[in-house]
Amino acid sequence: MRKVMTGNYASAYGAKAARAEVIPAYPITPQTSIVEKLAEFVSTGELKAKFVPVESEHSAMAACVSASILGARTYTATSSHGLALMHEVLMWASNARLPVVMTNVSRAMAPPWSVWADHMDSVAERDTGWMQFFCESNQEVLDTIIMAYKVCESRGIMLPAMIIEDAFILSHTSEPVDVPDQDTVDSFLPSYDPEIKLEIGKPMGFGSLVRPDQYMEFRYKSMLAMREARDRIVSVEDEFRQAFGRSYGGLLDEYMCDDAEVALVAAGSVAGTVRTVVDKLRAKGMKVGLARIRAFRPFPFQEFQSLAGRVSGMAVLDRSFTHGAAGAFFTEIQGALYDAPKRPAMKNYIAGLGGRDITPDVIEGIFEDILVRCERGSDPEPEWLDVAGLPRRRS
Amino acid sequence: MSRSYEDIPLTPISDTPSTVNMTGLWRVFRPVVDLDKCRKCTLCWKFCPDAAIELVDGKPNIDLRYCKGCGICANECPAECIIMVKEEAE
Repeated sequence: MRKVMTGNYASAYGAKAARAEVIPAYPITPQTSIVEKLAEFVSTGELKAKFVPVESEHSAMAACVSASILGARTYTATSSHGLALMHEVLMWASNARLPVVMTNVSRAMAPPWSVWADHMDSVAERDTGWMQFFCESNQEVLDTIIMAYKVCESRGIMLPAMIIEDAFILSHTSEPVDVPDQDTVDSFLPSYDPEIKLEIGKPMGFGSLVRPDQYMEFRYKSMLAMREARDRIVSVEDEFRQAFGRSYGGLLDEYMCDDAEVALVAAGSVAGTVRTVVDKLRAKGMKVGLARIRAFRPFPFQEFQSLAGRVSGMAVLDRSFTHGAAGAFFTEIQGALYDAPKRPAMKNYIAGLGGRDITPDVIEGIFEDILVRCERGSDPEPEWLDVAGLPRRRS
Repeated sequence: MSRSYEDIPLTPISDTPSTVNMTGLWRVFRPVVDLDKCRKCTLCWKFCPDAAIELVDGKPNIDLRYCKGCGICANECPAECIIMVKEEAE
C-alpha cells in the first residue's frame, strides 16, 4: 500500500513490518517521531511489542542488549548525541553478537548546536562492530530495516545494524513509500530464533570475563562474521528484489559508472542530487557517474577495486570530517585502493556539514574539478566546499 | 589452554550466574546498621550498586558475601543509621 510519509515514519513502518518485539527508546530530544509513531502502533495494538521508555540512550541500548539476549527481535532509534551516548553499549551489542537493528537519524555534533544533516555521528561509530547502511530515500529506509534483520539474524553473522537516514532531508520530508504487504514480509523474514538465548529459570552469564589466552578468538569470530556479511547483504537483497521488486545496488550502488571517466563517491540523500547532475552532464557528453556507499560497514573493498579499474578519476564527497586526517570515506577508499592494479586520481571534498545544502552547482563543480585532476593527478589536500571566506567553486 | 575459535560460542557464556563470585572478599570497610534508628525509607536498598541489600520487614539486611564496602548506603541514609567500620579494626 502506497502512503506519503517522512523518513521517520518509514523507519517506524519498517520496524512494524519486521514485527519488532521489544522497542526500548529514550523519548526526549534528540529522539524523533520514529519512536513516537512506534509508541502509537503499540498503544493501538497494531504492533504487538513491548515499548520501553528509558531515561537515556545508554539505557536504551542496554535494554536492547537484554531483550535481544532473551531472543526478542529488538529495534530502537536515535540521533547525533544520543548515538554518542550509546557508544559503550553499542560494543556490548556487537561483541555479544546480538542482531539489534537501529535507525540513526544522522545529524551534526555540537557545538555549534545543530539538528541538521551531517554524517559525523554515524562515522564516529564505525569501529563499534555494527553494520552501517546509508539510505538515499524513505523507501530505502523502510526496505533496509526489513533486509537488515534478515542479514543480522543469519546464523553465520549475528551482528547488529545501523540504518542511517539524513536528518530533515529524509527524516522530515514526505515522499510516497510503498508499505509492503505483511504476508510477503512474514514469508521473507521468519521470526527470530537464536541458537542460544537466556531463559527464565535457567540462569547463565553472558559476556563473562575471559583471559588473554582466549579473547582474540572471540574477536576473530566477529571479524569472520562481518566478512561473511558482505555476501549475505547481496544475497538477501536479491531475495528481497524477487519478493518485493525493489533493490538498491548492494554494498556500493553504481549509477552510470560502467563507461565513466570519473565517478563521484557519496552516501545518503545527496546521492539523489548527484544522479540529477550526472544526467545533466551526460546529456552534454561528459562521462561521469555516481558510486553511492550503501554499506560503510562492512566496507565494499572489492567493489571499489572494481570501480578503480574502470575510472580515471574518483571524487569522494564526505559529509563529515575526521580532524587531523581527512574525510573517513576518503581515507578508507584510498586504503582499499593501495594494492589495486589501477589507481585513479583521487580527491576528497568536504561539503554539507551541519545541514548545509549540497546543491547541484556544488556537485557540478566537483565533477569539473575531478576531470581536471585526471590530467594533473591526485590532490592530497581535502577541499572544503561552499565555505564563507573561501573562493567559491562555480560551474 | 586456548580453545580454537571454531570450538567456542559467539560470546562467552557461563552456565552459572555471576553470583558465584563472592565479591565481598574485596571489602575494606563494612557497613554496620543500627536497625533501631532505621526509618524504613529503603534508600540504601535503592542505591546499593551491587544489589547486596535485602529488605527484611522494610529494614536492610546486608549480604556480606557481595557487599564490597563502597559506603554508598551509609552516605545516602538520612537517619544516619549505617556506619562504615574498617574490617581489620574488629
